[in-house]
Amino acid sequence: MNSRHAVLGRIRAALADVPSEERPEDVPVPRDYRRSHTAPGEDTVTLFAERVADYRATVTRTDRARLPDAVAAALTARGAEHLALPAGFPVELLPAGTWQWHPEPLDVPALDALDGAITLAAAGIAVTGTIVLDTGPGQGRRALTLVPDYHLCIVYAEQIAADVPDALARLDPRRPLTFVSGPSATSDIELDRVEGVHGPRTLDVIVVNPTPLEPRP
Amino acid sequence: MSDRGVVWLGSPSFPDAAREALKDTQLRANLKRATSTIRTKRLAVASELDDWEELRETAAAIKRRTARHLDHYLVQLEESVTAAGGTVHWASDAAEANRIVTDLVRATGEREVVKVKSMATQEIGLNEHLAEAGITAYETDLAELIVQLGDDRPSHILVPAIHKNRTEIRDLFTAEMGHWGQPAPEGLGDDPAELAEAARRHLREKFLTAKVAVSGANFACAESGTVVVVESEGNGRMCLTLPETLITVMGIEKVVPTWSDLEVFLQLLPRSSTGERMNPYTSTWTGTTDGDGPQAFHLVLLDNGRTDTLADTVGRQALACIRCSACLNVCPVFERTGGHAYGSVYPGPIGAVLTPQLVGVENAASLPFASTLCGACYDACPVKIDIPEILAHLRAKVVEADRRPLKPQALAMKAAATVLDSPRLLATAQKAAAIGGRAIARKGRIRRLPGPLHGWSDTRDTQAPPAESFRTWWRKNREGDR
Ligand code: SF4
Repeated sequence: MNSRHAVLGRIRAALADVPSEERPEDVPVPRDYRRSHTAPGEDTVTLFAERVADYRATVTRTDRARLPDAVAAALTARGAEHLALPAGFPVELLPAGTWQWHPEPLDVPALDALDGAITLAAAGIAVTGTIVLDTGPGQGRRALTLVPDYHLCIVYAEQIAADVPDALARLDPRRPLTFVSGPSATSDIELDRVEGVHGPRTLDVIVVNPTPLEPRP
Repeated sequence: MSDRGVVWLGSPSFPDAAREALKDTQLRANLKRATSTIRTKRLAVASELDDWEELRETAAAIKRRTARHLDHYLVQLEESVTAAGGTVHWASDAAEANRIVTDLVRATGEREVVKVKSMATQEIGLNEHLAEAGITAYETDLAELIVQLGDDRPSHILVPAIHKNRTEIRDLFTAEMGHWGQPAPEGLGDDPAELAEAARRHLREKFLTAKVAVSGANFACAESGTVVVVESEGNGRMCLTLPETLITVMGIEKVVPTWSDLEVFLQLLPRSSTGERMNPYTSTWTGTTDGDGPQAFHLVLLDNGRTDTLADTVGRQALACIRCSACLNVCPVFERTGGHAYGSVYPGPIGAVLTPQLVGVENAASLPFASTLCGACYDACPVKIDIPEILAHLRAKVVEADRRPLKPQALAMKAAATVLDSPRLLATAQKAAAIGGRAIARKGRIRRLPGPLHGWSDTRDTQAPPAESFRTWWRKNREGDR
């Protein structure tokens, strides 16, 4: 308690130039920046898909009816057999096949033994190509999308905010949040970019259109 | 350690260290490549935002508001973190912060901690202090791991091991990893991907078994109690989520008023720092969450010279720094000398103004002279810290404080003269300035010129300089103006 008192006292002494009647709100903060950097009428879902792909994540677009097929295609392409299944994940999205779904809760060694995890997201950010997880239903605890080497994430078009300000306004800071922009990466050795040091080395994102992309055959 | 209890590595003084560094051609080549690569990327993504200037204005204003009411916001932060299940500790100096962290680790019964790269804990020398108490701290950022294995010091805020090349890193991994844990694989090559894989395996056993983690913080929101860590590799996420106990050490200046203020900093920081639209991972947490992540969270609020800095109405603005390292990458002096010459965990232009203020100008008298005052740092800074102004202010203080013959300053001016005397070095400085010029130019016009030129530009709307001919442009305009 002593140091608290001392530090606060030193701060108040250091701010002798600030008039005692000044309130924080009296210090003007202009907010002249844009709420979004998308062009008027720009398709934010397409922008999101492009920007995620810029980070060397793989992005596919599908509609609700074809989502299980898209999941199956991604898993097949990655050769991922054993996958963590977060609590609250809609099982009707899982494709039929030989995949092994390991439901939460899983401890860290169990997660470490898996090939990957499939999750939903809490939000997407188009301009920055970011997906945000808030550990809500279908997203799992934070370890789930961190320990296994592969993360397959499903983002619905209506979850995509145009830019950072709108995304933050949609999110609840009381929940633990993880903003993911591409796979884990480092440039620490001679500035050569290497994907995957500790987080998942492979990130696949499936963007789901609210309406059918085209009539099903 | 200075008499303020601040860890200070500043020996030899900047001019002596710089002279040594200037002889190191490998260092110079690495630095040049690093700074120019990052500079180019940063310009590209910053220019995507046509309201960059407005974002900088807002960021500076948020920081100004926070600094002028820092007591209010820290008390609010303490309340909200406590309400969310965390515990807040106040540390007036390095010794006290080290003591708090050591006691917290001891209370868990553990002898090992994993660490996320943190300048605040470097500043207080936490790892060394923990080692004395028999606790091993493992740095988990790849570059920090390289630095730690080499018993070395970081040379750059963003890429701390940039002074080492791949072969040196391979040799280091092969020789040292085994002493710390999982050894490097047999026959390890020097391909960066192979080296990163060795680091992954070496650190993974630590992450999966660690019970205690220590982190820094990029931001903490007073209103919500939310703490933010920005990173790329995922080692941060590992430390922040897998252990049972998380101890975060943050400088008192890192607080921001509200959650929504982050919308400004999360746009400015990655673009200024790594030149990306967004860094791969940003983690935020508020106290503790049942069933997810650490169940004990401690936030240590560190003063360690910051209140002295706050008391200086000119120098105060240095506390707004968000550690993006943009100013390092445009600084002609840094590009030649590298971070070690600054003798502080804060190198480059920001180090030249922050370190003397944290440790007292009398203890770092040469640093305010480690600059050409070209002003490129000011233009690059996403929170608009007027570094040249603080440098000039601190120079006056140094001269005032030291009435003896101007020995350190004279030496420092000689180091600066090394840059200014060489046509090639001067060209580098000018190129940096030209890049700065483009960064601040909007629609082809410059609103305010850097450093010594600003008195002139304040009254004129200036044509943006073409990238390659700043020198000619300057001569024509400036000299014609005389
Ligand atoms: S002073 Fe500005 S440019 Fe330099 S590291 Fe800090 S925020 Fe970045």
